[in-house]
Amino acid sequence: MKLSLQTLLIYGSISCVTTAAAAETQGKLVYEKWCAPCHSRGDVYPGTSALDARYKGAIPASLEERSDLSPELVRYFVRNGISVMPFFRKTEINDIELNALAGYLTKPAIKK
Amino acid sequence: MQTPHGISADDFAQALRKFRQVVGEKWVFTSPEDLHLYRDAYSPYWGDPEEILASAAVAPASTEEVQQLMRIANQFKIPMYPISTGKNLGYGGSAPTYSGSVVLDLKRMNRILEVNEKQAYCVVEPGVSYFDLYRYLQEKKIKLWMDVPDPGWGSMLGNAIDRGAGYTAAQFRNHFDAHCGMEVVLANGEVMRTGMGAMPGAETWQLYKTGFGPWIDGIFSQSNFGIVTKMGFWLMPEPEAFLKGTVHLSSYRDLIPLVDIMTEMENQKIFTGFPDINSPLLGSPSLAGLHEFLLNGPVARDAEYKALADRGAKPEEYEGYGKKNGIPFWNGAFTFYGPEKIIRAQWEHVQERFRKTIPDATFDESEYYDLPLSPEQQKQVQYPAQFGIPNMRAFSIGARSHWNPAPPSDGHAWFSPIIPRDGEAILKINEVLGTAARKLGVPFAFALNVPVPCWERCFVFIIPFWISKDPAKNKQTREAFRTLIKIAAENGWGEYRTATAFQGDVMDTYSFNDNILLRFHETLKDAVDPNGVISPGRYGIWPKNLREGKKA
Repeated sequence: MKLSLQTLLIYGSISCVTTAAAAETQGKLVYEKWCAPCHSRGDVYPGTSALDARYKGAIPASLEERSDLSPELVRYFVRNGISVMPFFRKTEINDIELNALAGYLTKPAIKK
Repeated sequence: MQTPHGISADDFAQALRKFRQVVGEKWVFTSPEDLHLYRDAYSPYWGDPEEILASAAVAPASTEEVQQLMRIANQFKIPMYPISTGKNLGYGGSAPTYSGSVVLDLKRMNRILEVNEKQAYCVVEPGVSYFDLYRYLQEKKIKLWMDVPDPGWGSMLGNAIDRGAGYTAAQFRNHFDAHCGMEVVLANGEVMRTGMGAMPGAETWQLYKTGFGPWIDGIFSQSNFGIVTKMGFWLMPEPEAFLKGTVHLSSYRDLIPLVDIMTEMENQKIFTGFPDINSPLLGSPSLAGLHEFLLNGPVARDAEYKALADRGAKPEEYEGYGKKNGIPFWNGAFTFYGPEKIIRAQWEHVQERFRKTIPDATFDESEYYDLPLSPEQQKQVQYPAQFGIPNMRAFSIGARSHWNPAPPSDGHAWFSPIIPRDGEAILKINEVLGTAARKLGVPFAFALNVPVPCWERCFVFIIPFWISKDPAKNKQTREAFRTLIKIAAENGWGEYRTATAFQGDVMDTYSFNDNILLRFHETLKDAVDPNGVISPGRYGIWPKNLREGKKA
C-alpha cells in the first residue's frame, strides 16, 4: 500500500504520543519508586517536611504539587543531593529514567 | 584518571577493558561526573584531601559476572569494593575504604529468587531493597513479614552482612542472625555456598543454618573475605493480632526494675516484640512519638521545667516535677504478636509482674489491631516498622524541620556502643559518656539518653553526630568521635558497627591479648585473599601488602 503524507503524519503523531505517554508512565514509576517515600504529600515524609520548613507554605512542600520545577533542577538534585538527601547512582536511576522523571515532575497537567 | 596505588596505568586500562567485555561499556564508570556518585554522601572527610575516593565503578548483573570480574581483578591485583544498594548512609554509603578501589556496584543484581510461604523464607540478591521485597509480598498476597530497619531503601543482604537491626519479633530483629545460607564469590572468582548449600541437591539450604563442619557465615559479615551474592532469610508468618501495652513509672530509680523485668519477660518470650523504653519527663521519645519529636521537638513545658533544664539539673532532680504534674519518669512499651487470647494473657502477666514490684505502676493498652491491617490502618499505626512496613520516616533525623529550621545537617554518624541490659549500666554510661560528650561540644538532646533494646541480651547506646560539608566542623566531629571511642573502650563499651572512617579506630579497641582477634582476621585475609583485592581496610582489616607500610 502506498502511504499518503496524511497517513504518515497520523502514524507519526500516534507514535509521538505513544512515546510521550510511555515516558510519562516511566517518569511516574521512577517517582513512585525513588522519590515518593520521602516526598509525598503528608506529614510522614521527611523530604516534604524539610521543604515545608524551608518554604513555609509559599510553595507546595510535596514535589508532585510543584509547578515551578525545571528538568535541570530535578536532574541536579537527583545527581547532587542536598542536606541529608544523598545523590543517586546510574545503577539506581539511569539517565533515561532521570529524563522521564524530570519530565514527569515538570509537566503541569499530571499532578496527583 | 586516578589509578589504584601500585597499579600501572597500563594494567588498570587493561583491567577496565576486560571489565567492559564482561558487563558492557555502559556499566563501567570512570568519568569524574559518574565517580562523584560513588562518594560517601555522609563522609566526615567530605572535600578533605583524606576523603576516600573510587577510581572506577563496575556494575555486574549476575553471580557469573561477579566471578569473571574477580578473576580479572585478582590477575591485575585491583582492589574491588562491593556495595549492595549503596544506601548504607552513616556507615560509608557507596564509597570504598581505600582510595583508588573500584566499586563493585551490585545494585543491578536485584532479583528475588525465591519466597517460600510454607517454610517462611526468601532468597535474595544484594540489590533487593526492603521496599522491593515488601512490594513483592503485598502484590502476591503472601502472608509473610520481613523485618525492616529504619530506612526502607537499604539492601536486605547488605544490612544483614553489616549486622543491622529492625523492629519486629526478637528472632528476626538481628538481621544477620535471621539469615540462613549464603552464596559467596571468593577473591579468585570461585563461587561457594555455605550451610546446606554446600551439598549438591540439598533441599534444605534455607532450613538448616550450619550444614556440616565449621560454620563460616559469620566471617563474611563486617569483613572483606568474600562477596556475598545470594542470601536466604527466615521471614515472620503474619500474626493474627498485634498488641502494644505501656507501663508508666514515676520514680527515677524505677529504671532499674523496669529493665530487669523487661529483660526477664523477654528472655522468657512472654513478649517477642520490640521493647521500647523512654522518659516522657526528660523528653526522650518512644517509637510512637519519634516522628513527631523529629519534626517538632520535645513537648513544650512550663517555666518551672525550663528552669530545671536551664540550670542543667541532674535527671533525678526532675522527679518531683514529674510527680506533681502526673508525667511518668519512664514508660516501657511491650509489643505482643499472636492470637488475641494469648497476647492479652501475656500482657496481663507483664502487668501483674510490674504491679508486684512497683505498686504505683499504671498501665494502658496503646495499640491493638487484628491483622492484616487495612490500608487505612497501615497509615495510622504508631511505628510502621513494627508491622514490617518499610518507610523513610527516620530520615527526618538531622533534616530541616520546623524544630530545626536551619541549618540542617548534611548527614549523620552514630556512635553506638553495646552496654549490658541493666538499668545501672544506663545510668553509668550517661554519667561517663554524657559528661564527656558535653565537654566535647557534642549536642546531647536529653538530660539522660535512653538506649535501644533491639537485641535481646544487650542495649545499644546511641549518640548522634551531625556531618557537615564544612571541613573544619567535620574535623572537630572526627576528633570528638575518636575521643568517645577511646573513653568508651576504657569502660569496656565497644561499638557494634561504625562509619568506615572510624572502623580502624574501633577495631583497635577490641585489643584483648595484643589484638589477637585482628591478627586472626589478618591471617584469614592473607589466606583467602592473598592479593588483597576485596575491600582493603574494611572494618580495619588490611591485606598484607598494605599492612606492612601502615605498621612500619
